[in-house]
Amino acid sequence: MPELNLTSAPAHLRHGSSIGQPLTRRDGVLKVKGEATYAADNHPPGMLFAVIAVASIAHGRVTSLDVAAAKRHPGVVDVMTPDHKPQLAIDPEIKTNPFVFRMEVLQGNEVRYANQPIAVVIAETLEAATEGAVLLAPRYETLPALVGLDAGKSYVPPVVGVGNPSENHHGDVAAGLASADKQIDATYETPAQYHNAMEPHAIVAHWNDDHLQIDMPTQGLMLSLARVAELFGIAHDKIHIRSPFLGGGFGSKGLMAGPPVLGIMAAKLVGRPVKLVLRREQMYGPVGHRAPTRQRLRIGADAEGRLTALDHHARTVSSTFDDFYEPAADASHTLYAAPAIRTSHDAVRVNTGTPLFMRAPGEATGSIALESAIDEMAWACGMDPLAFRLKNYAEVEPITGKPFSSKALRACYDQGAARFGWAKRSLRPRQMRDDAGLLVGWGMGTATFPALMFQAEARAAIRRDGTGAMEIGAHDMGQGAWTALAQIAADAVGLDIDSVNFKAGTSDLPDAGIAGGSAHTATAGAAIHSAGAAVIAKLADLATNDERSPLFGAGNTGVIARDGRLIRRDDDSRSESYSEILARAGVAEVEARGTGAPNPAAMEEYAMHAHGAVFAEVKVDPELGQIRVTRMVGAFAAGRIVNPHLVKSQLFGGMIWGMSFALHEEAITDRRSGRIMNANLGEYHIPVNADVPPLDVITVEEHDPHVNALGIKGVGEIGITGSAGAVANAVWHATGVRVRRFPIRIEELLTQR
Amino acid sequence: MNHSISLTVNGARRDFVLDDPRVTLLDLLRERLHLTGTKKGCDRGQCGACTILVDGKRINSCLALAISHDGADILTIEGVARGDQLHPVQAAFIAHDGFQCGFCTPGQIMSAIGMMREAQAGNDPERIRECMSGNLCRCGAYAGIVDAVLEAQAGADETNQRRSA
Amino acid sequence: MKQFAYVRPATVTEAVAAAAQPGAVYLAAGTNLLDLMKGNISRPDRLVDVTHLDGLDRIERLADGSLRVGALVSNADLAYDAEFAKAYPAVAEALLSGASAQLRNAATVGGNLLQRTRCAYFYDTASRCNKRESGSGCDARDGENRTHAVLGWSDRCIATHPSDFCVPLVALDAIVEIEGKNGRREIALDELHRLPGNAPERESALEPGDLIVAVRLPPAARGFAAHARYLKVRERTSYAFAIVSAAAALRIENGKIADARLALGGVAAKPWRARAAEDVLKGVAPTADAFQEAAWRALTDAKPSGDNAYKIELARRIVMRALTLAAAGTPARIPALPASPFASTSGAIHA
Repeated sequence: MPELNLTSAPAHLRHGSSIGQPLTRRDGVLKVKGEATYAADNHPPGMLFAVIAVASIAHGRVTSLDVAAAKRHPGVVDVMTPDHKPQLAIDPEIKTNPFVFRMEVLQGNEVRYANQPIAVVIAETLEAATEGAVLLAPRYETLPALVGLDAGKSYVPPVVGVGNPSENHHGDVAAGLASADKQIDATYETPAQYHNAMEPHAIVAHWNDDHLQIDMPTQGLMLSLARVAELFGIAHDKIHIRSPFLGGGFGSKGLMAGPPVLGIMAAKLVGRPVKLVLRREQMYGPVGHRAPTRQRLRIGADAEGRLTALDHHARTVSSTFDDFYEPAADASHTLYAAPAIRTSHDAVRVNTGTPLFMRAPGEATGSIALESAIDEMAWACGMDPLAFRLKNYAEVEPITGKPFSSKALRACYDQGAARFGWAKRSLRPRQMRDDAGLLVGWGMGTATFPALMFQAEARAAIRRDGTGAMEIGAHDMGQGAWTALAQIAADAVGLDIDSVNFKAGTSDLPDAGIAGGSAHTATAGAAIHSAGAAVIAKLADLATNDERSPLFGAGNTGVIARDGRLIRRDDDSRSESYSEILARAGVAEVEARGTGAPNPAAMEEYAMHAHGAVFAEVKVDPELGQIRVTRMVGAFAAGRIVNPHLVKSQLFGGMIWGMSFALHEEAITDRRSGRIMNANLGEYHIPVNADVPPLDVITVEEHDPHVNALGIKGVGEIGITGSAGAVANAVWHATGVRVRRFPIRIEELLTQR
Repeated sequence: MNHSISLTVNGARRDFVLDDPRVTLLDLLRERLHLTGTKKGCDRGQCGACTILVDGKRINSCLALAISHDGADILTIEGVARGDQLHPVQAAFIAHDGFQCGFCTPGQIMSAIGMMREAQAGNDPERIRECMSGNLCRCGAYAGIVDAVLEAQAGADETNQRRSA
Repeated sequence: MKQFAYVRPATVTEAVAAAAQPGAVYLAAGTNLLDLMKGNISRPDRLVDVTHLDGLDRIERLADGSLRVGALVSNADLAYDAEFAKAYPAVAEALLSGASAQLRNAATVGGNLLQRTRCAYFYDTASRCNKRESGSGCDARDGENRTHAVLGWSDRCIATHPSDFCVPLVALDAIVEIEGKNGRREIALDELHRLPGNAPERESALEPGDLIVAVRLPPAARGFAAHARYLKVRERTSYAFAIVSAAAALRIENGKIADARLALGGVAAKPWRARAAEDVLKGVAPTADAFQEAAWRALTDAKPSGDNAYKIELARRIVMRALTLAAAGTPARIPALPASPFASTSGAIHA
């Protein structure tokens, strides 16, 4: 891959450090010119096209494939089936670690869900491969499909999400509910949702003898590399993955799924490079989704509107062959100061591709139910929803009793409410109209997302020409790693951002961990920060131990790095440039590594979360029931903001996902066949431009000394939480109709005129 | 059967022998001409990532057979900038952060250019939202997209005024 | 996509001859056909490309006051034709409320008339569908059918016709000009689409080889320009098919409705002309009571075909609203959000 030609000297303001500056995207020019290379844009010489054939049944087995018909089609080179495929080094059903999910890579004829890959057709042209896959005309032995939240006997999963206990409690919930003056008992349903990144999952796989070159969008280069290595039985250093840009990920490109493995197998089978891109409808199965939930919330409050108990139970589904459980009820752990809290989960198995993390997994699903229920409770208490939330403001994390590492939620409430004009809201629903006669409703929700850290490593160098280098296998799926991490890198090595050669996006670089959990900037940033500090320390060693240096004798801690110079901390006039130091020492460069990792001591002591408050206005046609969001304000406190320009975009995106959760998104499964009936972008609705109103984001100042060295909490996912509930609550406030099944449908608002 | 067709792509005439009439304009551009700036998001006319201008009008290139467009004049994202000088819409997309992952961006920009030529939306944000609704953005950059179009439209209006003055 | 032969006829006569053969279909813009071919719902052997035929892309005003729109005029060109939009505002509004700008730039008048249903079971080739495969059964009947037909459906098929454009056209008595094996003929648009009955696979009155060459709006259609609207309820603000839609056109003279036209979309396998409702409106004042009566009349024969009883009530309300909007007068310019209930939402809020 040629060096990425990232924008230098962009037209943006700039003073002092890079962190905190609203730089425009350094990959912006590449992206607006169509020059950013996504996986499917690669064409190695001799490349063939592979197209997957998928099952149209949800349960059973394939009894025949007309391979001969496919092969007769001009241009078809080969057909990969369970009977004709390269052997894998290990059984893909074996879970070698918790981040390995089972995948369907033609190991047998069993069909476990609709849209499961059952064969791969490889051809000289895309047209031939596509038709070849149709000509396979599979026949099946069909078994009854398990569909829906009541598909079978429920069970309590051992863990939900990533290793969370499926049940948690604090205090006596039964007593709290019994003593309550007001109670609500409400059940909410959320549908299956699909990530639907604009870029379909794609791979270009190319074997050169025993070396494997892969172009593939991934949120986890090293996890993917390790999985490929074990599946194909090759050493890590024989694999090179390039993922400079992802066309969106949202969790679906975090872990290795079956389709890219099939692409690698196909390339091996035919001995030529192969491109395999999922068709949009094929993304509704083998690459994960957000599981549906049914959530029951029982809440009690005393006469003053203080919570006495909060009981949140979530039913969800997993696949018949693997385990991932949407941790929806966990959303009730952190926000409201109930003296008694219980959260619990159970699940049923259905014929579906295994659910997976999808932007704010658990937090988003749980949030819309919790924020709706809190809104219902506020109304039951006759209180303004904001006043009710403030009354039950958690000064310590309710479920654990731990203090928060920082929590500027009160400021979020204040600033968001002021910007929105919340004080003018009528307490009762269905009171406001615009002058076209449309019902107007205002709703709010509290946003929260944990401040996570994973593990990462970075390599930093200072070169004799005065430039720096920072290398980390980080991922840019749109959040802006090419820019934000480079800003952190620039500060870490005390250079202007354009003087740092920032490398990311390939698997030969140090492991940046996974781009997920809203933790990538914090984790990779911490590694970069620490690598920078280490390389500067080495440079300082060279200078302060050298009698010829003006810094001689200053000691490691006695200098600071700024603008390509080391400067005595106690005397600005004594400094030396990086180039001078390295030239005199006669070395081409100094380099050092640094790591980023969670701090177990801080985690033990503190609850660490980002917070926010979202306010939404909707209009609803009183007779026709059509809904439109007309205004949203979100105020978020997420620690240090590395780049306000990009953070605003991320938060906007999250808020739009929240709106989509409340009003649009839903995969519709045929209850008999288990097939998804709207596996496309025409009928699986995500918001279009006209759905999105003017949005306003406030980032509330928050200093957090505990989360990590940089004080970053992450903003990728929090925007959905709070927003979904705010929109749903606004619909109630507009109409007086409380809809507890999402997305809210027109027919549910037709009951009243 | 082979079919000879000729297209003008980003100003240059290209003659082809198409060995397969099934090839869409999108797949012709991406897989045969290696002009990969135009993206395939859905291949069914439901997302707008493949938007190009054909004879000056924005269309979904995934639902257009190349063979049927013999003689057409095609503009793709690769033909929009003049060397290092970005088209005003491109520059405005950067300034207003009208994208995140960037995958829908070529389609958004071609759609915005096509929309400005249609001259129906003007500088009305609501009309721009409606007229840009054929381009999905999963990252949710719509606010920046609208701001970018408004800025580009304002620039175009100014240029036109200067010309007519 | 199945391999096919590609034919580019030079004349309409050649086109008709080429398309009359078994397995042949016409290709215009392909916005619907290619989608169907990519989904393997449609697997033709031969594509007869009519896009290069001369003379089918004109909008002509005829001597008798009719307007003739060539079958290859694009949806966008028609909607943005200022004279057309002024004379037939509900048609222009319907056109602009459909699909996306990109699709409207490509899609043709003739193609729009013949677009196929969006029924998910029609699109899902693993499902049984009498329309796609005669006699195979209808999986929509007991399936996910909240958006399906409430009028004119049969046990064999409950699909709806998805066109917006056709709804005001059928209200305005549009005529379809057809070139066939036996020469030119014309039929009312209302006769073009067939209700499913026992043969849902027969969707239109067209015979093999028949080519729609134009759509004509008769002279009387102009008479409604001052009071004509299209209204469409959908699940996104834009770029979504109608749950239910309505076109209402009134001719108001001396405070009375001299003539009324009403049609519904998204409710049946064809654009649904509501003549009984029109009848009750003729000669009466444009009042809420009259519109209410019309709304009831329009849905008298409606019955749910599944989880869609709400569509009947919704359709009544849309009729009521569309008539109210039409009576209020055609806006000077097509709203920013064409056909949307949110066409004008910038107003101030009050309690």
